[in-house]
Amino acid sequence: MSYLSDIGALTRKDLLLELRAKETVPAMLLFVLAALTIFHFVTPTGGERTATLGLLWTAIIFTALLGLTRAFVPEREQGLMDALVLAPCDRSAIWVAKSLAVLAFLGLAEAIALPAFALFFSGIGWRTVAAVALADVGICAVGTLTGAMAVAGRARELILPLLFLPLAIPVVVGGVGASAADHGGKYLAFLVLYDAAFGLLAWASFEYVVSET
Amino acid sequence: MLTARNLSKRFGAKRVFERVDVSLAAGNFLLVTGPNGSGKTTLLRVLAGLAAPTSGDLTLPDRALVGYLGHEPLVYRELTPLENLQLFACLYRIPEGAERIGMLLERFGLWEVRHQRVGTFSRGMQQRLGLCRVLLHEPQLLVLDEPFNALDAAGAELLDATLDELRDRALIVATHDPERVERLATERLAFA
Amino acid sequence: MKAIRLPQLAAAATVALGVSIALIFFYAPIDGDQGLSQKIFYFHVPIALTAYACFAWGAWKALLHLWKRPEGADLESYVAIHMGVIFGSLTLLTGSIWAKISWGVWWAWSDNQLVLFLVLFLFYCAYFMLRYSVDPGPARANMCAVYALFGVVLIPVSFLAIRLSRSFIHPVVFTSHGPQMTGSQFFVFCVALVGMLTLFAALYQIELAGKRLDAHLRELRELLA
Repeated sequence: MSYLSDIGALTRKDLLLELRAKETVPAMLLFVLAALTIFHFVTPTGGERTATLGLLWTAIIFTALLGLTRAFVPEREQGLMDALVLAPCDRSAIWVAKSLAVLAFLGLAEAIALPAFALFFSGIGWRTVAAVALADVGICAVGTLTGAMAVAGRARELILPLLFLPLAIPVVVGGVGASAADHGGKYLAFLVLYDAAFGLLAWASFEYVVSET
Repeated sequence: MLTARNLSKRFGAKRVFERVDVSLAAGNFLLVTGPNGSGKTTLLRVLAGLAAPTSGDLTLPDRALVGYLGHEPLVYRELTPLENLQLFACLYRIPEGAERIGMLLERFGLWEVRHQRVGTFSRGMQQRLGLCRVLLHEPQLLVLDEPFNALDAAGAELLDATLDELRDRALIVATHDPERVERLATERLAFA
Repeated sequence: MKAIRLPQLAAAATVALGVSIALIFFYAPIDGDQGLSQKIFYFHVPIALTAYACFAWGAWKALLHLWKRPEGADLESYVAIHMGVIFGSLTLLTGSIWAKISWGVWWAWSDNQLVLFLVLFLFYCAYFMLRYSVDPGPARANMCAVYALFGVVLIPVSFLAIRLSRSFIHPVVFTSHGPQMTGSQFFVFCVALVGMLTLFAALYQIELAGKRLDAHLRELRELLA
């Protein structure tokens, strides 16, 4: 199906761009480690588990934000959004491809962050990992859409956190709940609901965010 | 192919252009002239389907038939010419893309550097690659904004020859140096 | 809505609010626990529900804008959301006052409604930041419309999240709105709700008329220039 091949070509492009530039992923890795280190200094010894898990999720959200701020840089700086929008492919393919790329970068950062967290603070169970995976999907779906919105205006890096963070609040709740609460299963189900609802909405509405006509 | 009646475009209070009428069929060449900042770029973006006019009627061909070259060549600097064109070949569903890419790169003198990052090219070479991108899917309507920008003498000659060959398509070219293409123009629009 | 004339709407709003205020202070029974100060409930909840109505109306106009593209839908969506933020701020204010009355604190994380409004307040303030960072035009209208739709999906999702978060973060339970209302309380509540919704409708039409007039004036100035 040509829709899938469009996504494939665009994702490959985004991954290649990062492979060549080597800017975003190293920055995300360093940021998440620095954040976790800072968090060590703000938690008293014997800190409650829920509180420390909350810090993990804070680190993840802000690391994601860092990656998302860079997501549309080539399209913005070189005006390439025009070229992509004019292509006959469905514009939602651009969103899928960009989300997949950011998901990959975030996943790489978390592959370091989660073991680091286990090392610095406390071990994490499979529920936390599952929650992180599910949350990542929602974060990238919503973040890519708001990233495209932010890039169209003047304020750009300033405005992306404002657009993204209120939408990320439910993700944090779902994530911390799944990691910390006794019956974490319902929080995982909630994350699935979030991903489905916002993923669908973002997929359907991306077209309108990038095209004027 | 393209009809525009009474087009106008405003950004807030600023009027960019108004009461523009355009009618293009295959074989027409619209030459848009005027100094920098007079609104040529905005008009071309509207006629390419990238921006919506504030008022007026506009009928455009399908996106797949339009090729647009803006002020920027619209190519990814971190990728090679080959990778750039392969991406657009996929998005435009060009059959036998590899052959077409090879042919265009050779024609515009970029075959030797096809594996080098575009970021290392001069502005003129990037512009040539931009032209390759525009011609890749054999568009029926070509919208070119200052295509001679940054091209050296050889590049400009190549473009001249290409424009000659494309006489059976519909062309819109904006330039502040109209002497080059004056002879090809079938209609003209002058911005003050 | 177009058929309803502005003076009549304004008059209706004044009457409805006047009646509801009269009912609140003279008819509604005084609460056994909290006394006179409980009456803020008759303002707080109708204002909150009206804010939801504003956001829903704004999202509906946004959907119309993207789908059928009628001329003024973007402006109507913006004005509705503007009203929603105003009513939302009032919700936070009255809710804070009620929290002080009920529990002696100016802010209560245990009040789901209040926390939800905080999240929505943040979200819709960002709507304005988005709107003012992009130049006016079809691009801005499209993006704001999409954002308004995200808002309306965020409302139930956030509500669910906040309820879920209660069980592991704040297990202490304060029921926000007390036990069931008696018949007379419910009657006063409904009148107050109608009053607030009519107020929204009137303010909405006023602001819309004002903005449309502004736009007309600008157009005329340009034609003359």
